[in-house]
Amino acid sequence: MTDTEITPAAPAQGAAPGLRLTLTDAVLGRLGAPVLHGLDLDVAAGEILTVVGPSGCGKSTLLRTLAGLLPLLDGRLSQDGEPVEGPAADRALIFQEDALLPWRTLRANVELPLAIRGVARAQRRARADDWVARVGLTAHATRLPHQVSGGQRQRAQLARALAGRPRAVLMDEPFGALDAQTRAGMQQLLVTVLTGTRATVVFVTHDVDEALFLGDRVALLGTGRVLDVPRPRVRAAHAEPATAALRREVLASLDGRTEGRPGVRRTA
Amino acid sequence: MNAPATTAGTAPRTGPRPAPWTRHVRRTAAVLAALALWQLLAQFRVHLWLRFSQFPTVTETAREFARRLGTGAYWQDVSESLTRIVGGFALAAVLGVAVGTALARSALAFDLLGPLLEVLRPIPAIALVPVAILLFPSNEQGIVFITFAAAFFPVTVSTRHAVRALTPVWEEAVRTMGAGRWRVLWSVVLPGALPGILGGLSVGVGVSWICVISAEMISGEYGVGYRTWQDYTVLDYPGVFVGMATIGLLGRLTSTGVELLGRRLTRWLPRTADGPGPPAGARVRWRRARAVPGGSS
Repeated sequence: MTDTEITPAAPAQGAAPGLRLTLTDAVLGRLGAPVLHGLDLDVAAGEILTVVGPSGCGKSTLLRTLAGLLPLLDGRLSQDGEPVEGPAADRALIFQEDALLPWRTLRANVELPLAIRGVARAQRRARADDWVARVGLTAHATRLPHQVSGGQRQRAQLARALAGRPRAVLMDEPFGALDAQTRAGMQQLLVTVLTGTRATVVFVTHDVDEALFLGDRVALLGTGRVLDVPRPRVRAAHAEPATAALRREVLASLDGRTEGRPGVRRTA
Repeated sequence: MNAPATTAGTAPRTGPRPAPWTRHVRRTAAVLAALALWQLLAQFRVHLWLRFSQFPTVTETAREFARRLGTGAYWQDVSESLTRIVGGFALAAVLGVAVGTALARSALAFDLLGPLLEVLRPIPAIALVPVAILLFPSNEQGIVFITFAAAFFPVTVSTRHAVRALTPVWEEAVRTMGAGRWRVLWSVVLPGALPGILGGLSVGVGVSWICVISAEMISGEYGVGYRTWQDYTVLDYPGVFVGMATIGLLGRLTSTGVELLGRRLTRWLPRTADGPGPPAGARVRWRRARAVPGGSS
């Protein structure tokens, strides 16, 4: 962790409040291939909701729908009560795969959402540099994505998403491809940088410990259950009696989920 | 970085690689050997089924070349041909990228233009000479049109494929930052497709050059192709060979120009420290060699 000198986040003054995202009786997926049926999900403003579920259960579909990239097949999606139509800058999406533009330096990638919004060059540069520093990438700001490690790329993605000051951050297994140690560092970093914002976070993962560590609540996709996670955050969830019980419950409910359960259609 | 690393890095692919100067010597020697063979065949008027009796020798050709370099007519021909190819090729690059992008991203554009272009594509540009003569008030515009037609299809097709092969998350990422259609086009589609587009430009400039020379031979009033054909009709064989050498050199110049521009624009592409395959100079030659037959087929 030599290059993880993380600047402490500024307190959440003046940051825009998080979005409340609501899915009502939603059918998600691509036309002709629905993945999730009858889904109800209410994400409170400013909370961190982690979503767990086995692979292929529609986690990525859920996030792409929340981002506005995939239209609903049925049902409603609203933010703060208003219907969502298409992607917008107030809902940032962070991908598991490498979504940095490979011809832009890390800093230029972080500047991108600001450039799209028309922020003046000097101001854009200053804000990008600030975010690059917060995720500990100042020494690599002028490098191209392929010149840095996978963990550094994900940090740049995080900085890029947050630089646009979104009111909701949707994260699709962002640390899924990282090794265990880098992943633990990234989780800590995420918690640190998020305290500087009031953004709502929906974080999809297949790692139950990650879900319990990061989430205020954990949604078990396909079962329709949402569990509250006790606070403060602890790293070794299984060592705390309260979280250990919760962890057992999450694992049991994921294991015990049978094929034809309402809310999920399994894809091959 | 240093010499041993280079050898070690590429050894599995090509075997031990000789020092750079050895390779330069080898290349120069190959060219000199070819010139020497030509000189001998022409000087001794060899006639072994293939007839070299009418061939000018290397020295005669070189003398004629040197003489023509001193005339204004030679430079006028060169500048005419270059103007035509730059005009036609630039037009093809701009329209080819625009049309290729539209075909890849708009169902409407594909339905309207796709079938039409597929029918026009197999027609060799040089077969459009009669059309060009009918269509344009002057030969000059007709030649530029043919040069354009030659490069347009390789650029369009490669652009279309490059745009369709783009990584979808790039576009998704930019759209979730609030980017509109034009912003996506400008910030993601064009830069992302550029390496593929450059392949089409490389092929296109080769075919363009073939077609500008052919069109000049048929209907030009000036230009290297026109001059070469004129020299042939008056049996000035050294002049014909000077023309051919000029065509070769200018073709090399234009395709190297495109190649260098391309490498400058795609410096972001991941490359191994020493780069795979042959050294930089050799790579240019190799790409051009591939470009010309690919385009004329």
